[in-house]
Amino acid sequence: MKQRLLACWRLLRELTTDDAYERYLEHHAATHGDAAPLDRRTFFVREQQRKWEGVNRCC
Amino acid sequence: MKKILWSLVALIGAFALGGIALQRGESINAMWIVVAAICVYSLGYRFYSAWVAARVLSVDPTRATPATRLNNGRDFVPTNRWIVFGHHFAAIAGPGPLVGPTLAAQFGYLPGTLWILVGAVLGGCVQDMVILFMSTRRNGRSLGQMARDELGPVGGYAAIVGALMIMVILIAVLGLVVVNAMKNSPWASSTVFATIPIAILMGFYLRNLRPGRVLETSLIGVALLLFGVVAGGWIDAHPTLREWFNLDGPHLAGFVIGYGFIAAVLPVWLLLAPRDYLSTFLKLGVVVLLAIAVITMHPHLKMPAVTQFVDGTGPIFGGKMFPFLFITIACGAISGFHALISSGTTPKLIGSEADIRMVGYGSMMLESIVAIMAMIAATLLDPGVFFAINSGPGVVGATKDAAVATITSWGFPVTVDQMDSLAREMGETTLFARTGGAPSLAVGMASIFSSAFGRGLLALWYHFAIMFEAVFILTTIDAGTRVGRFMVQDAIGHVWQRFGATSWYPSVLISSALVVSGWGYFLYIGVIDPNGGINILWPLFGIANQLLAGIALCVATGIIVKQGKLRYAWVTGAPLAWLAIVTTTAAWQKVTSPDVRIGFLSAADQLADKFAAGTLSAQQAAVAPQLIFNQRLDAALAIILTCILWIVIADMLRISWRVSKGLPVLPTSEAPAVTATPALEAR
Repeated sequence: MKQRLLACWRLLRELTTDDAYERYLEHHAATHGDAAPLDRRTFFVREQQRKWEGVNRCC
Repeated sequence: MKKILWSLVALIGAFALGGIALQRGESINAMWIVVAAICVYSLGYRFYSAWVAARVLSVDPTRATPATRLNNGRDFVPTNRWIVFGHHFAAIAGPGPLVGPTLAAQFGYLPGTLWILVGAVLGGCVQDMVILFMSTRRNGRSLGQMARDELGPVGGYAAIVGALMIMVILIAVLGLVVVNAMKNSPWASSTVFATIPIAILMGFYLRNLRPGRVLETSLIGVALLLFGVVAGGWIDAHPTLREWFNLDGPHLAGFVIGYGFIAAVLPVWLLLAPRDYLSTFLKLGVVVLLAIAVITMHPHLKMPAVTQFVDGTGPIFGGKMFPFLFITIACGAISGFHALISSGTTPKLIGSEADIRMVGYGSMMLESIVAIMAMIAATLLDPGVFFAINSGPGVVGATKDAAVATITSWGFPVTVDQMDSLAREMGETTLFARTGGAPSLAVGMASIFSSAFGRGLLALWYHFAIMFEAVFILTTIDAGTRVGRFMVQDAIGHVWQRFGATSWYPSVLISSALVVSGWGYFLYIGVIDPNGGINILWPLFGIANQLLAGIALCVATGIIVKQGKLRYAWVTGAPLAWLAIVTTTAAWQKVTSPDVRIGFLSAADQLADKFAAGTLSAQQAAVAPQLIFNQRLDAALAIILTCILWIVIADMLRISWRVSKGLPVLPTSEAPAVTATPALEAR
């Protein structure tokens, strides 16, 4: 039961992009481990800017 | 065993559909429609979408998707299919599937319901899935780029011009819906205004206090919004405060126009992004709530299956069922706009080609279910009440007595007392002539919500529903204006490079102003139109949206033919043919019909004659020249849109002909196949 709830919580976080920074850190560590990652705020600001550069909402 | 199960689903579906179609009693239970819809969607998904994916598209789960090949941890990210499904659904579902069915309910519940079901299963879902697949195979290229790569420059430019035009008309018509919902309603206006400071607050919180904590910020925002709905009631009860928010149409239109401009030039984190989180949460919440309420309450539909208005005399919009039903309900059945999303962010998240069916076909099915819910919410009202809310004063008469007399004479009895007490229950001063679909949908939603979750809160539920629709619409206005701005900057950037830099402020201001004045013009004319404006703008929006779907289906058909699968070309070719017939007939009638309620030109001529003869009242005469010019402009627009569609169809047919004759055509723009490896799939 607890496992299930945790899985739901993770899904919800991923769905709302609440865990985007953790995912970024993971990806960063795996691919460019040598360079320092962006801090949370810089990452978030950059992500938000990128997401709104195209058609992302419909009628 | 499985065969027996699916035969059972088919049988139940056929039985429910037959039950709906043959029902001739007083009223019908909404569950018939829900059951029929679920059976039709299940069959469509299990069999048709699987067949299209396997045979027509040759979906190959072993082939690496761009998300795995180009994984950069940002826009190209292989993502769990349920997450992609959620993102894609949140992106395609807007106010369209709520408004269209509500307006089309004037024909009765049956025509709209059947079109939503058939249109989605054979048209809309197929379009979304096919375009998503094709864009995934082309590294997530946009519809315009695919049109240029596969058909040629003509198709490419037509797609871009079409997308810009639809954006302008879409924003205008949605702006009109929200203005009509807030008109002279202090409660609704103050609640909707409150969403702006709430979004700004969230923006600061999300950027500076707790960067990136989307969940908690959204929960705070939703709580504040709900408080805003309650506080709107207090403002409404306060004698001085209520006057501040008691605004008429033109003022509200000015506000929406100013808001659209400011939102398009402000940085996204301040207003746009936080508002988007809010509206996405509300959207999903309300869809779930509505589904629970409809299933637990299973209300009776009071609207007849088919009304006399299929003959073209309908009060909400003029025109016969064919072709106007099919352009009035666009989102929910087939919506060309989705092709822009299916060829935008979503293909870059697809982790395996096997997910495309669920994301593309499945999300559209869910949107179609939303449209069915909206149809149920509109038709459970007394038809007399429904028509009193949705008919403009130009159609049923300017006074309450005139309106109820006209509507009762159609065979839908309604009284002034009934309307007044309903308005009181909903916390409004009047519900007469609240055109645009949002208020009647809110009344319908408030009735089911309050019966499912506690009576006595009708007024709160009503204003919650209005706020919900407004938040939705304002998000589309923000996002649409910004997208339009990018398109204008890109187009002018070809001639003057500096202008194309999306962050150069003079360019941002000028291009935003251009886009806003485009839709602002149509919105303003819609607001001053005595017939409510929606009857002019919504058909134009429908034509534009179906035109975009036509372009998307042309690109898809062209690609299928180029791959040597001519025998399957009907999968996208048949919906394309239907849309071409529907939009062309609708545009033709909108331009040439002698009936002033349908034809733009005859309406302009009639008004011009009256104006010249001096038979108009001073108030009417003041706006007559603008209305006359606008009707002629609308006629020109309808012609241009139809021409664009036929140019792209001709281009697609030219390519298909060359393929069949073995003549050279543009090479495929598909990215070369790479086999997916476990290493690539790992994150």
